[in-house]
Amino acid sequence: MQDDMQFASTENPALATYTPAVRQQLFQFVLQLADTSLILGHRLSEWCGHGPILEQDLAMANIALDLLGETRSLYQYAAQLEGQGRTEDDLAYLRSATEYRNPLLVEQPNGDFADTVVRQFLFDNFHYHFLKQLLTNADERLAAIAEKSLKEATYHLKWSSEWIIRLGDGTDESRRRVEKSITELWRFSGELTTPTALEKSLQAMGLIPEYEDVQASMTAHAERVLTEATLAIPQQIFMLTGGKDGRHTEHLGYILTELQYMQRTFPGLTW
Amino acid sequence: MENPTQHLTPEEQFQARIDADVRIEPKDWMPDAYRKTLIRQISQHAHSELVGMLPEGNWITRAPSLKRKSILLSKVQDEAGHGLYLYSAAETLGTTRDQMLADLHSGKAKYSSIFNYPTLSWADMGCVGWLVDGAAILNQVPLCRTSYGPYARAMVRVCKEESFHQRQGFEIMQTLCEGAESQKAMAQEALNRWWWPTLMMFGPKDEDSPNTAQSMNWRIKRFTNDELRQKFVDMMVPQAEFLGLTVPDEKVQWNEARQAYDYGEVNWDEFWAVVKGNGLCNRDRLGARVKAHEEGAWVREAAMAHAAKRAERELVAA
Repeated sequence: MQDDMQFASTENPALATYTPAVRQQLFQFVLQLADTSLILGHRLSEWCGHGPILEQDLAMANIALDLLGETRSLYQYAAQLEGQGRTEDDLAYLRSATEYRNPLLVEQPNGDFADTVVRQFLFDNFHYHFLKQLLTNADERLAAIAEKSLKEATYHLKWSSEWIIRLGDGTDESRRRVEKSITELWRFSGELTTPTALEKSLQAMGLIPEYEDVQASMTAHAERVLTEATLAIPQQIFMLTGGKDGRHTEHLGYILTELQYMQRTFPGLTW
Repeated sequence: MENPTQHLTPEEQFQARIDADVRIEPKDWMPDAYRKTLIRQISQHAHSELVGMLPEGNWITRAPSLKRKSILLSKVQDEAGHGLYLYSAAETLGTTRDQMLADLHSGKAKYSSIFNYPTLSWADMGCVGWLVDGAAILNQVPLCRTSYGPYARAMVRVCKEESFHQRQGFEIMQTLCEGAESQKAMAQEALNRWWWPTLMMFGPKDEDSPNTAQSMNWRIKRFTNDELRQKFVDMMVPQAEFLGLTVPDEKVQWNEARQAYDYGEVNWDEFWAVVKGNGLCNRDRLGARVKAHEEGAWVREAAMAHAAKRAERELVAA
């Protein structure tokens, strides 16, 4: 297993051109992306050894590993942006739930396989189209991370789209389950492309993509997949937001309790 | 010219090939007992990989650093991969994965008893890699030369990854032993718990292992249980010393005459108790597998139903 440190080794030359205020904002945003991948990767890794079939156990572990790799690149870059000497582990293990900036969707429990697939599909659909836009982004380092992650996200979206189709157009039971998951989880999808004040500010500076294009591509893909799955996209539902501003559901506290257990119990040690 | 083997019975011809170290392949004739022994052994091995994901999977969400987390997750993923190719190797003998899993779930098929011990601290991830994978490697390296071709080839791949896992485990232990007092204590405590169970991984004493002679004759097995156990002790005692840890056996001592370490008697009552289902985690491990399988039934059915619908549509379109 290689330890992928390629993004940490050099400092992004563009950093020198950012004012401290911009740098701080970019730091917050990169942290948000890292938190998102970490928490979803954590959820997926909970499946390890418990999947419905060995091949899917492997697939979910694989996606979790990709997300964890992306997480590390992002935290390492965030640590550089912050410039306070914090490490990737400090950022992951020593921040509280209200400091976490992941959207609500990714902290939702695994539920049954249909819940996991729908949660993954909603995220992958955003992740893939967002990364594509990020490639042509003004911040070089983020674009470099996006380039690597996009290859992985392409596979993730293929995996979750195919499962939506299989479950929707499978048996009566799978259809009933996936419809229920869609009803439960779709209300968390709006947050992904609803810009926060931080995101609006970075978008205005051209440092991160506008979400209109991302949302348009997402809608087109979701319509294609759900149509093939013989499923309907929920209409007129109330979209829940807050995670990206640190207002989470109760699930996150338990995730962090587990995730941070060792670092909190044995502070300051090397593992 | 007359074929010198043509007057031999199929059994004799088979044994002649084994004795000449010629690999047996799926389509070759083989005695029923050879086939059954292999199915039992390979499926047991595959089940061990599958159940073995659980004690380590137990620490993925609690790994102490992001780097350790990703190493551990990819290790457990490797084990799932080993399970896949071992199930495939067993299928070449005429069984199916469904049948093998049914036997696992009913308790008819066994898996390595070591996985019926709990993983209680982070140092257990070190011990599982260092000791358990170390013992597995000693068991498995000779299997790369085992007489049945598909099994031998699967084992070549498995062994490569296992030796990597073992180094990772040792490295976890080393980091703990070079760390704070609390970390050293964690490492020692884990070694105390894992030492004897790993010695048990080589199976009963030779005199209590009735299948060994036949398996060695068929070259399914290449060394006896006690030979491998001795090798393991000889390999691990110096490594424990290097780490600054103490093996929890007062009888461990270098024997100059034997050029090997003497060691104490394994608690065979505990060994048989765990084999028979009375270890701390037997019920949990098997329960978790059965639950995953049962709760996954509708997913597998959906995938089959969808594939069938799709095939039908393609047929109509063509």
